[in-house]
Amino acid sequence: MSAITTEQVESRVIETLASFGPDVSQITREATFEELDIDSLDLVELAQVVEDDYGVILKGEDMKELKTVGQAIDLIVSRAE
Amino acid sequence: MPEVKARPEGCALVTGGSRGIGAAIAKSLARDGWPVVVNYRSDGEGAAGVVAAIEQEGGRAVSLAADVAGAAAADELFAGAESHFGVPVLALVNNAGISADNLFSMISDDEWQSVLDTNLTGAFRLTRRALKAMMRARFGRIVNISSVVGLRANPGQANYAAAKAGLIAMTKNVAVEVARRGITANAVAPGWIDTDMTAGLESGLSEAIPARRAGTPEEVAACVSFLASDGAGYVNGAVLTVDGGLAA
Repeated sequence: MSAITTEQVESRVIETLASFGPDVSQITREATFEELDIDSLDLVELAQVVEDDYGVILKGEDMKELKTVGQAIDLIVSRAE
Repeated sequence: MPEVKARPEGCALVTGGSRGIGAAIAKSLARDGWPVVVNYRSDGEGAAGVVAAIEQEGGRAVSLAADVAGAAAADELFAGAESHFGVPVLALVNNAGISADNLFSMISDDEWQSVLDTNLTGAFRLTRRALKAMMRARFGRIVNISSVVGLRANPGQANYAAAKAGLIAMTKNVAVEVARRGITANAVAPGWIDTDMTAGLESGLSEAIPARRAGTPEEVAACVSFLASDGAGYVNGAVLTVDGGLAA
């Protein structure tokens, strides 16, 4: 598999989060999941998308630590390397 | 008006569908329009018969072998279902079950573990796998076949009862976790149903049943059909007893 760029992950994460409700314009790296009204079940679904698309397995304990969109993107990119 | 989501395109998976209650459920869901995966462990001939009966009525079905007690069964079954029908599994009926009855003090480790593995852990793994597609689809119907034995004691069945009670608790937890995704999880608790599994049970048992008779697999299947229907979208985390009044 070719290397995954941060930009690719960022766009996929934003697209997925937007499907849960928040407006794309609100979804910045600094935005917290709490502000975006993204709940734990949404993050489970995001983890599934990430696993299907990038083969990156995020466990429950990984997800608990995530507070912002940027943290999620960084974690996925680091795991994909 | 609250938004009520209609069923997107999907198929149904019935574990332990080659005979008895599972076979009746598979046929009933096929009549409701679901393409059905008839899972079986050892009775390939029985499963093929169920598929043939469904096809004869104009329905769609396929049989897939897997022992739900195995760790790989969930991935195998879901991959097989999705590749055969080209749609996700949006109705899962955890029906596969075994019993190994013994008085409590005589239950061996193996009799305990094998019953838990098939009846409870198998349902856990399949449900976990099923939720992936159901969450994306914002629709899902999970029906776990429990037993009245999961609600009240039956001497000689502590292992079976523990598994069936566990299924009820699991059902309720799944229901509250994923209800907001349009997914329902309910349990059906049959009493004495006339199947191979109950053959040889003492006939005096019917004295204890208010209906004074055993139930039929079709009567259980009718409950599952309802719980899998669009109309049951607001029924969640429930236990529907179908037992001739036994547990009342």
